[in-house]
Amino acid sequence: MSMINYASREINCKLVYYGPGLGGKTTNLEHVFGKVNPAARGKLISPATETERTLFFDFLPVDLGTVRGFKTRFHLYTVPGQVYYNASRKLILKGVDGVVFVADSQLERMEANIESMQNLYDNMAEYGYDLTKMPFVIQYNKRDLPNAAPVRDLQAGLNPGWEVTELSRQRVAPDPSHAGENLVEQLGTGEWVEHAPYFEAVAVTGDGVFETLRAVSKLVLKSLA
Amino acid sequence: MLLDLSKLRGQREHFERTFQPPQFDPQAFASLTAADFSANDQLAKMIGEHEFSSLFHQGEKESMYLADIAHRVILVALFDSRTTLGMVRLKVKVTVEELTKLFEAMFTRPETGAPKLEGFDSQEAEDEIDKLFGD
Repeated sequence: MSMINYASREINCKLVYYGPGLGGKTTNLEHVFGKVNPAARGKLISPATETERTLFFDFLPVDLGTVRGFKTRFHLYTVPGQVYYNASRKLILKGVDGVVFVADSQLERMEANIESMQNLYDNMAEYGYDLTKMPFVIQYNKRDLPNAAPVRDLQAGLNPGWEVTELSRQRVAPDPSHAGENLVEQLGTGEWVEHAPYFEAVAVTGDGVFETLRAVSKLVLKSLA
Repeated sequence: MLLDLSKLRGQREHFERTFQPPQFDPQAFASLTAADFSANDQLAKMIGEHEFSSLFHQGEKESMYLADIAHRVILVALFDSRTTLGMVRLKVKVTVEELTKLFEAMFTRPETGAPKLEGFDSQEAEDEIDKLFGD
């Protein structure tokens, strides 16, 4: 839940990076931490395990700057990706304003991606949140690996689209990040569907990290209007 | 974190002379505190309790006592060996009662419900964000 302070003209929003274990969620935050001006961000908090796997969450507060006269601060969180940490994962989603799903592009991680996406929908639903009605973007990470699945296959498995029933929204919306693709489109069956915006990334080198963050930040700030 | 100096009466001057604000990142502290409280809330449910309304963490030198206020705010009292847990618990109990009334009244005010911001869905707002990301 975003916190808006009209007196000090400050907005605080919560973003959660979700996805399967070892998919690169923490690496995304580490890259942001390394690149953002130290004056504009806090410490990267990682209650870590001995094996450097995320135990509870990673946390990084980042001052984005001033938008429409409001100082905007994003609180970035990751969840532990390992299947058995679901109680922790669910806790971190509480009060979320925007979600980034970090998928592992490797062919052999497809099943883990799908399981994690289902888990995200389930956990959100338990709080009464509808992922299809809130800021949500997908990042296909590890695009540099030779065993990375084609984006088309990842899209079919993880981002097939949800039905658009509202008549006013049943019109083609081009994807600004991918020429020739649409975020809202009509299928051959006549059904209208909407896809989450997606981005390709190599989080270890930083490719796609800020593009993803920018996209979800825009959606979150738009949702406040 | 909240501190009621008025309750210190004669000790106030001494307190202001000797008090040193904590030297930690307040945002990280708040985030971890919220996570700590949420995790313990789930633990409470696992053993059949509705909630743990307060938590206590004991350190070698510094300790902390956390209390829930109106299910929306967490009061954290940091203290050292110059006082006792019993005294902190006593003071916090009174403070929590007062603050709970205050916050509950505040949260039920109609104008505090989900305010909207103007212009955040405009092209200008998008351009501003793009600039912040270095475009």
